[in-house]
Amino acid sequence: MPDMTSQDVEHEIRDGDSFRAFAPTSASVIPLLQQIQEKYGYLSESNLKRVSEYTHTPLSTIYGVATFYSQFRLTHPGKHLIRVCQGTACHVLGAVEIMDHFKEQLGIDEDGTTADGLFTLESVRCLGCCSLAPAMMIDDETYGRLTRDKVDDILASHRSEEAK
Amino acid sequence: MSHITEIRVGLATCGIAAGAEPVYSALQKELAAIDVPVKLKRVGCIGMCYNEPLVDVVTDKGDKSTYGHVRVEDVSRIVNEHIIGGRPVQELLVPKDGFFDRQVRIVLENCGIIDPESIDEYIAQSGYEALKTVLTVMSPQEVIEKVTASGLRGRGGAGFPTGVKWGFAACEPSPDKYFICNADEGDPGAFMDRSVLEGDPHRVLEGMAIGAYAIGARHGYFYVRAEYPLAIRRIEKAIAQATSAGLIGEHVLGSDFSFEVQIKAGAGAFVCGEETALIASIEGKRGMPRKRPPYPAVSGLWGKPTNINNVETLANVPWIIRHKTEEFTRYGTEKSKGTKVFALAGKLKHSGLVEVPMGIPIKDIVFEIGGGIRDEGEFKAVQMGGPSGGCIPASMSDVPIDYESITKTGAIIGSGGLIVLDDKTCMVDLARFFMDFIQKESCGKCTFCRVGTKRMLETLTRICDGNGAPEDLDRLVDLADKVKVNSLCGLGQTAPNPVLTTVKYFREEYEAHIIDKSCPARVCKALIRYKIDPDRCKDCKVCTRGCPVEAISQGEGTFQTIDQGACIKCGTCYEACPFGAIDVLSGVEES
Repeated sequence: MPDMTSQDVEHEIRDGDSFRAFAPTSASVIPLLQQIQEKYGYLSESNLKRVSEYTHTPLSTIYGVATFYSQFRLTHPGKHLIRVCQGTACHVLGAVEIMDHFKEQLGIDEDGTTADGLFTLESVRCLGCCSLAPAMMIDDETYGRLTRDKVDDILASHRSEEAK
Repeated sequence: MSHITEIRVGLATCGIAAGAEPVYSALQKELAAIDVPVKLKRVGCIGMCYNEPLVDVVTDKGDKSTYGHVRVEDVSRIVNEHIIGGRPVQELLVPKDGFFDRQVRIVLENCGIIDPESIDEYIAQSGYEALKTVLTVMSPQEVIEKVTASGLRGRGGAGFPTGVKWGFAACEPSPDKYFICNADEGDPGAFMDRSVLEGDPHRVLEGMAIGAYAIGARHGYFYVRAEYPLAIRRIEKAIAQATSAGLIGEHVLGSDFSFEVQIKAGAGAFVCGEETALIASIEGKRGMPRKRPPYPAVSGLWGKPTNINNVETLANVPWIIRHKTEEFTRYGTEKSKGTKVFALAGKLKHSGLVEVPMGIPIKDIVFEIGGGIRDEGEFKAVQMGGPSGGCIPASMSDVPIDYESITKTGAIIGSGGLIVLDDKTCMVDLARFFMDFIQKESCGKCTFCRVGTKRMLETLTRICDGNGAPEDLDRLVDLADKVKVNSLCGLGQTAPNPVLTTVKYFREEYEAHIIDKSCPARVCKALIRYKIDPDRCKDCKVCTRGCPVEAISQGEGTFQTIDQGACIKCGTCYEACPFGAIDVLSGVEES
């Protein structure tokens, strides 16, 4: 994932078409934030300022929106984003234990990132994969019917992939 | 003699998670190598999620053989023996289990049958015929009357009559009106709308266009959860296809009706299921509800008349238009007509997506369709309606599923999440789970919802931790009533339901936690302990090696023993023991 600097942002806004696809009004705030997060993995302070200027919306309002919705992140995540489902079906089928197991195996708490920057651990409200509970996503891939052993295997395969 | 024409692979999110993509690729490869004219296609959710990955082999006569739990290594056998040889591979077929027997498919008519990315397949199943009928022979008023006569009620949870709702927006004289499809399926434990959008997106789009014509709206929005990327891609595709086919856009099918549709991806806020919060979110603001009136029908998006319907509601509309009203009203009860789609999950054998006529008793869904409780558990309750709903105990499982009967129990039908619970589910823990959810999702506008739910969560956590006091129960109920009365929107008004229903039907479980310091379901960690029975222990040390905190060691003899002070109660040893020699104890009980 490219590191985000304020130069990147200015560069993007001046030369890229991405912002121009959106009307410069407050209605574009959420789609713009989504696009920035999609590209960089999080919303930097300088990017929030750019959105504020572009949409003619106070920065405090932008910050309010960015912190209201659970999708948005204000810090840089790890290379792989693990989202463990904590929906109802997952809860009654052991999602808490799966989450605890992740914490233990990765040595981090919820919303934490491993020291090597490889994994960020988050919980998610419901992935809608209730019939395969307990479930989780790593990046864009969904995994179901999780057990502690399966979690170990998945983590091991991601780590060995990285070591290549 | 029939011949095989089609192979369908269930590739909705659940199928993909279960490994259906590699199965599809393997089929593609095998079929490319042989000279048999069979169409291989990707379909949405077939419904039997418990058998994923699923492959349907279909003949020209419409007969279907369903293969379940298909692995890549099974593919060449299916192709060689069945597709080429004409003999189904019996041991790989899904056994007949009554899953579909009681179902009636209106909303899910095409789900798992057509390729959701093909408008031609949708059209071949009478798709967009309803829209044509409406535009050529029906006035907007006639459309509203027909939908009203069908008795269709909002499937998002509130159950408001759809035709009546359309009538409100239709009365407004404004030339700029909006029609929104609420696809912000936020209830944890619900995946009906995702499945419909992934499996049959054109149907929802058609329903929306019909509704827009009825109320006189030119602009439409799909407000979809960002967590549903596949659904978003499929709607995008459906909109593009329908636009180039002239089914949406300027002068639809040469008529005076014009309708353009956009997608707005939600950003993760449960409260945005509430209409005014959803509108605020589309406008780019924090999704906070506002006071009603004015209702969105009068002043909604950008201050213009706006109508909002849920995905499933809209998916019913084309079917209703295409059929005689009696064909819809023959299903259901006096006040709840038609069918309801449920996302069936939890402790039952057959979890999946089901569509049943309204009025079916709870127990028929659990036992006849769901196959009963798995892992030899005992049926304890169903949870309906997510964080706004409640738990209905097994003793009341004769209750028919219709809006009025379920509301009487203290739960709600809700959007259709139906989670089955067994004796290993702790009702206090479940109430705490929902309160935790609500407390985090409360937008913070109303004091009772913001602070009251926090206090309720603290009380529930205290009870689960074994620190509950006898007066806590009355306090909980008292505060629950106040949160209900003093909150502006549906989120706060219904937030106490999981607590109130569990206190009402499972009071003794709360009392066990508070008075006996015991969790009868053996879930609450502070109230349980693991103990190895020396007589049953074979001293194999599997538990000792697996313990993450080294809390297990050699006992005084040929058995292992757990240091209760060091144990973190993760349950790893309990799951690992090959001899079932570990007991979970709670309260004063001794093995």
